[in-house]
Amino acid sequence: MNLETFAIIMGGLTIGSALMVIISKNPVKSVLFLVLTFFFISGNYILMNAQFIAAVNIIVYAGAIMVLFLFVLMLLNLSKENEPKNSVFVKFAALVAGGILFTVLIAALKDGLVIAAATVDQSDTIGLVENLGQLLFTKYVLPFEISSVLFIAAMVGAVLLGKREKQLID
Amino acid sequence: METSEIIEKLLFIGLLFLITLGIAAYATYLERKVAAWFQDRIGPDRAGPFGILQPLADGGKLFFKEDFIPAAADKWLFILGPGIAMFTSMMTGAVIPWSSDIEIAGNTIELQVADVNIGILFIMGFLSIGVYGIMIGGWASNNKFSLFSAIRASSQMISYELAMGICVITIVMLTGSLSLNKIVESQHGMNWNVFYQPVAFIIFFICALAETNRAPFDLPECESELIGGYHTEYGAMKMGFYLFSEYVSMFISSAIISILFFGGFNFPWMDHFNGNTLAILGVIAMFTKTFIFMFVFMWIRWTLPRFRFDQLMHLGWKSLIPMALINMLITGIVIAFNEGWFN
Repeated sequence: MNLETFAIIMGGLTIGSALMVIISKNPVKSVLFLVLTFFFISGNYILMNAQFIAAVNIIVYAGAIMVLFLFVLMLLNLSKENEPKNSVFVKFAALVAGGILFTVLIAALKDGLVIAAATVDQSDTIGLVENLGQLLFTKYVLPFEISSVLFIAAMVGAVLLGKREKQLID
Repeated sequence: METSEIIEKLLFIGLLFLITLGIAAYATYLERKVAAWFQDRIGPDRAGPFGILQPLADGGKLFFKEDFIPAAADKWLFILGPGIAMFTSMMTGAVIPWSSDIEIAGNTIELQVADVNIGILFIMGFLSIGVYGIMIGGWASNNKFSLFSAIRASSQMISYELAMGICVITIVMLTGSLSLNKIVESQHGMNWNVFYQPVAFIIFFICALAETNRAPFDLPECESELIGGYHTEYGAMKMGFYLFSEYVSMFISSAIISILFFGGFNFPWMDHFNGNTLAILGVIAMFTKTFIFMFVFMWIRWTLPRFRFDQLMHLGWKSLIPMALINMLITGIVIAFNEGWFN
């Protein structure tokens, strides 16, 4: 079995479990399928020799963010009785909006796919931590630092919102 | 990869699997003996001499009990929970280097399943998804105590993972590599990381206790408040898997602590040996360190009382994380100074 067959199987599994996220009725199961999807996405990263990104994807998304999602869902106690009922109009609007988003995505990714295929065939050291770190702190240092400022802003904002609530209670 | 190499790896994986399960089984025996010793009792002594067959008797009992699934439980997730718990704690063993290479009949055999160059991230990844076993099991049981336990487990894991990750980053900064092999090699002889990073070691050890759900951090299975926690509804070998996975992760985290801070298979005066002698002595050194830490885990469990949940969160977020961050900052400054950034 060559690498290409592997990539096709992996891609199919990824899309399959991603579909199960929207198909499954139970929100907790949706989240669990989303975790599975992140695992398959990490598998795809490994096929592209990006081991570091694969591991970080698991740690951050599957290990931390999805645990928080599951945490919130378990507290919400969703059941069939209090599930929101959508009218036909809302369903139709969702279909149209989703279709438009899909078209835009395909239009945007059409050229990207060719570039991705070109990078995959490069040397197997491309995704190693050293090379990634070199790129992040030289060529892409500005977007990297700006995104870290964005994270700090989000954290400070969350702390501020939490604090304000407490003052009101006092 | 050649066929012989694949067979060699498969044999090694099988051996590691058996050893891990055997050690986990006898860790339960050891824990009961240690508890008995601390409480001035005799402990299990009926099955075989000194009660040595007790784990087998326990396993047999668990296998032959009724495998019961509550009517209101989510059947598939209920079965999946213990499986995930066991799988995640076993998988971490795959990247641990147990000793230097061994030579048998001209073949060099690595005593490590996979030398991944991001080994430590692999371990952190499986550690972070280890909580799913408890969460899924607790939620699928459809029992409010199990649910409370699942929620406690997830918030505890997330809180303590942060401080743990920062300590690992400090070690990575010292070594300059994420590969466990490189981390061990850099501590040749007696040049162990614990002498450079005592604070990181203490924080990492406390976090390891919390991540393996051991007392004083065993709030997810706090029996005075939550009956049995996430495994309240479980019986037979499913509960056995949960209990077993705790001992497997205790074994693996002891191994990781000895690799990160106590030089793994390095030992003093190791330069006097070479070849297979060195490798075998390395295995002995590695397992000795691991067993010492397992004993310390048990020692702490039978000495300290359990935390309250707010104390647990307070310790994690307001003490351990700031301490770990300051430690990382100081390490960074010292490394930068040694590299001549301030001249």
